Amino acid sequence: MSLIGVQDVWYTYDNRFMALSGVSLGIEAKETIALIGQNGGGKTTLAKQFNGLLKPTKGRVLVKGIDTRKVPANKLALTVGYVFQNPSHQIFSSKVWDEVSFGPKNAGLKPDEVDERTRWAISAVGLSGFEQTHPYDLDYGKMKLLTIASIMSLKPEVYCLDEPTTGQDHQGRRRVAELIRELNDAGSAVIVITHDMRFVAEVAKRIVLVAGGRIVADGQTREIFEKTDILARAQIRSPQITQLAHALADHGVPPNLLTIKELADCLASIIRVEKERGSRHA
Amino acid sequence: MPRVEVAVRVDALTYSYPGHAPALHDISVKVMRGEMFGIIGPNGAGKSTLCKALNGLVPHFYGGTYGGTVTVAGMDTMKHSVAELSLKVGFVFQEPTNQFSGVSARVDEEVAFGMSMTGFPREEMLKRIEDSLRQVGLEGLEERSPFELSGGQQQRLAIATVLAVKPEVIVMDEPTAQLDPVGKTEVLETMRALNKEGYTIIVAEHEIEELATFADRIVALNEGRIISEGSARGVLTQIEQLKRMGVDPPSVTELSHLLAEELGLKPHQYPITLDEAIVLYRDLLEGGHS
Repeated sequence: MSLIGVQDVWYTYDNRFMALSGVSLGIEAKETIALIGQNGGGKTTLAKQFNGLLKPTKGRVLVKGIDTRKVPANKLALTVGYVFQNPSHQIFSSKVWDEVSFGPKNAGLKPDEVDERTRWAISAVGLSGFEQTHPYDLDYGKMKLLTIASIMSLKPEVYCLDEPTTGQDHQGRRRVAELIRELNDAGSAVIVITHDMRFVAEVAKRIVLVAGGRIVADGQTREIFEKTDILARAQIRSPQITQLAHALADHGVPPNLLTIKELADCLASIIRVEKERGSRHA
Repeated sequence: MPRVEVAVRVDALTYSYPGHAPALHDISVKVMRGEMFGIIGPNGAGKSTLCKALNGLVPHFYGGTYGGTVTVAGMDTMKHSVAELSLKVGFVFQEPTNQFSGVSARVDEEVAFGMSMTGFPREEMLKRIEDSLRQVGLEGLEERSPFELSGGQQQRLAIATVLAVKPEVIVMDEPTAQLDPVGKTEVLETMRALNKEGYTIIVAEHEIEELATFADRIVALNEGRIISEGSARGVLTQIEQLKRMGVDPPSVTELSHLLAEELGLKPHQYPITLDEAIVLYRDLLEGGHS
């Protein structure tokens, strides 16, 4: 049984806009999935099905085997945590500590446990020392990290992060990438909704590409970034490194390389071989 | 007479917001007419503050402590109001809807709104609305509500409202940060086209790989100070320096830095764009076969 099972889900908004038409996928523990696609294609509508923020018009979504239509969204939030794109849609406390402790307190955990989880989550996102700060006094990048901490304190099994790298600089992105790895290692599944393909190449093992309310590609990151025609139709540009590897495919470079390090190692070894051959001829 | 060619001159600018440590420290930069000038740096580096110093919002609107001089299109920003400066310096914000008047029901009215303070005759206004919407590729959408447009269209409308005033300099503060990839491309293409038409553009931008394809010069800021300034290539090939301050260099530039020893490359030979990298590595790999 999948952690989350989406079975032929259709979703139509009140204004009759059909945002999802027959979507199916399974999400397993410890997965890191990038949900990509242009705005208006259905990514966010799909992600909101995972924790019951939206419930299917047709079809069903099972979270650990339970139909989301049969459980209130606040119950599901303990299993599937959702971090909104815009921090101001989520933050309502006047102190960082209160924001992060709200979830576990509200879930009825003992004060000791609440304190321990709050301290852990704040430290995990690198906000130790800011406990008494007003969330709106944090810069945008730190505010986004705070919204992740306030979900982490609930220790959900699945995280949905909506655009976690928007407005983050290099250090903020690295922090989010490390955090995702730590959450994976601890056993959680992480779903990242993002437009940042360099980030996808660095952190996600699987890509789900959504366009026109359907899943148009679902597979390993490496495989999907090779499907240039499908990506082009969805107006997605693969990372610069993958594009360069593609352009050098005629010269023995595998076209499915994802990171700077992978391509550097590959080019270095090709060049070394050429040099050795050259010196043998000499 | 090279003096007339200088569009922006910032001289020893030090500035603090009221009650804060300096946001900018002894900043001196010069932007020539017709240049595409990029401002890069991590969050909190002072990029946005520098942008706002160019149209007088710093210090006229924010107050604070100010030293040094900023001259834009021949005007000392301390000696002119934001309203006067706005005729010479167009400003595009990160969030396009923050820029909209909120009172216009139509795209063309929104463009007219920006000009209504300037007292142009009606004929002239109509012509400028038409011209500026065409320049950003929004012709045909005159009757739409600004709030029905996509993010990229909204940002292009924000640019059109600025163009209608025919400024000498356009300053953009992370204009693509809130847009999806389609919107980002639309806005970046618009910037490129305007620069080709001769507009001087100063842009704070996180999209380094894009900036590398069209910036003439770049200044890198960190903690309110200039870390480096010069040609796009000069600044973007200083890999270790950029990474130390928390900025990702273009992937292909970082790649070449990793291979520098192996390939015998000097920093000024590093590619900064994908196209340059393709040429360089194809040559290298083909050279090896011969």
